[in-house]
Amino acid sequence: MTPAGWIFMLSSITFVVCLITFCFYRVLMKPTSANHMHAPIEIDTRDKDT
Amino acid sequence: MSKPREQWGTRVGVILAVAGSAVGLGNFLRFPGVASQNGGGAFMIPYFCALIFLGIPICWAEWIMGRHGGQRGYNSCPAIFGVLGRRPVWRYFGVLGLLIPIGVYMYYVLIEAWCLGYAWSFLTGRIDLGADATQFAARSSDYFDAFVGGNQNGLMMRGGLQISVLFWIITFSINFLLIYRGISKGIEYFCIRAMPLMALCAVIVLVRVLTLGTPDPGQPELNVITGLGFMWNPQGRDGGAWYTSLLNAETWLAAAGQIFFSLSVGFGIIVNYASYLRRKDDIVLSGLTAASTNEFFEVALGGLITIPAAFVFLGAVGAATTGTFDLGFRTLPVVFMYMPAGRLFGFLWFFMLFLAAITSSLSMLQPAIAFLEEGLGIGRRASVTLLGLITALGSGFVIYFSQGLVALDTIDFWVGTAFIFVLAMVEVILFSWFFGVERGYQEAMQGAELRIPGIWKFIIKYVSPLFLIVVFVFWCKDNLPDRIRALGSPEQQVPLLSVCLLGVLTVFLLILIHLASRRWNGTPAAAIEARAEGAV
Repeated sequence: MTPAGWIFMLSSITFVVCLITFCFYRVLMKPTSANHMHAPIEIDTRDKDT
Repeated sequence: MSKPREQWGTRVGVILAVAGSAVGLGNFLRFPGVASQNGGGAFMIPYFCALIFLGIPICWAEWIMGRHGGQRGYNSCPAIFGVLGRRPVWRYFGVLGLLIPIGVYMYYVLIEAWCLGYAWSFLTGRIDLGADATQFAARSSDYFDAFVGGNQNGLMMRGGLQISVLFWIITFSINFLLIYRGISKGIEYFCIRAMPLMALCAVIVLVRVLTLGTPDPGQPELNVITGLGFMWNPQGRDGGAWYTSLLNAETWLAAAGQIFFSLSVGFGIIVNYASYLRRKDDIVLSGLTAASTNEFFEVALGGLITIPAAFVFLGAVGAATTGTFDLGFRTLPVVFMYMPAGRLFGFLWFFMLFLAAITSSLSMLQPAIAFLEEGLGIGRRASVTLLGLITALGSGFVIYFSQGLVALDTIDFWVGTAFIFVLAMVEVILFSWFFGVERGYQEAMQGAELRIPGIWKFIIKYVSPLFLIVVFVFWCKDNLPDRIRALGSPEQQVPLLSVCLLGVLTVFLLILIHLASRRWNGTPAAAIEARAEGAV
């Protein structure tokens, strides 16, 4: 394995690992969006207005 | 009262389903071979360029088209193309979005059955290559030919139930059982469990390969580091400097082709899957996450397992095996025979390939199911039955004409390669030039958790179509003449029969689209837009 081979291998793997880590971090950072596809229905029942 | 729309249950579910659709045998068997033959590590430069300028932009476009169509009550390519192009004629172009998944499924489910059959054979010790290591390669090849009936047509349907046919029945049934359960309870439920399990199996095999060291002290040059070097050392053209491979157009074409097939763009599957999203659901980050998951499986797992393992035990000759089937089903069983605890790792490897294949094959059925349901107005049970009949007949054709896998290869060439290019070009042109890039960008930004760079508009309108056309023209120049000659060969009738089968299927689907089109024409445009306004 040549030094250039190491560089290409490690940089390629680092790139895809960083990309997937970034993406899943962003997805999972919001537990509600990760676990539930849809935003909760916003219904104002006005029961706290009084 | 109309029945409620099907929808994904969770966001991770849709991401893993799309990623599962993309991750397949090509990630583990095709990518390493293509990379090592096209410059090794240097191949990664055009590969990542193709990912950025071709793969991800088209992926996003497909997600946008799918969600847009879904908001208007449609889930199938013909209907969504009609909505995007605003003319009924576009629906007929959508035939490719049905033909490709159905056609690919007909042979892909068979390969999936081989993977499960090989996993079972390793687990139970059915694969016995004998004690003479010099005969391993020949015996492995014989085993594969016997398993798939490669020596003669009709072998798989003669003399009782063959084991590969038994596994075909099992995989075919699992696929249709899951698809019958629907998007959330079938596809999503399965992918959420199968994808982590697949990653686990791949990591276990990877750790085993990377810790092989030097298995034969008598041949110290055959070690895992030199195996990695065989895959990753940048190679130049004709022994020149490594960057000379970048001056070769074939390297760029190979990279574009690999990205293209790996991400499953041009299948019509992402369009269908994204149509089950809601208007405010994110598609930008989800699309990028699915693509990055595919890249992780391909580069970080596929790139480290197959070629180094083959090199360690078989040397450069074994590692240089070309062709997905030769590498996967003839060479790797020999590698597992040499490997300590090879039966266990052979089982894990082929079970992982089975999971990769089934998450892909599931996605191939849903576009047609969606079309039959919304186009013909028939229920899920009827549409699953009809599709089951069509795909069983097509798959039976591939099983019967097993000699040299000619039928499989022919259908793969036309449907699994050529038509994918055509559909991708249709999608990009429809999206960029008829639907409108600016409109598409605004659509993408609804609910987006990541901003698409503005340059994407230029890339998807000019760079991606040009890139696709150039790659397609070169690909046609290299491949079409031989294939067209094969159709006229008096000695070999199977290629012509296979193309006739595809022709009949295309005509049948066009008739169904025509019937569906008459049904859809009854829905006023204002009512379709009202659905989108009402969608949350």
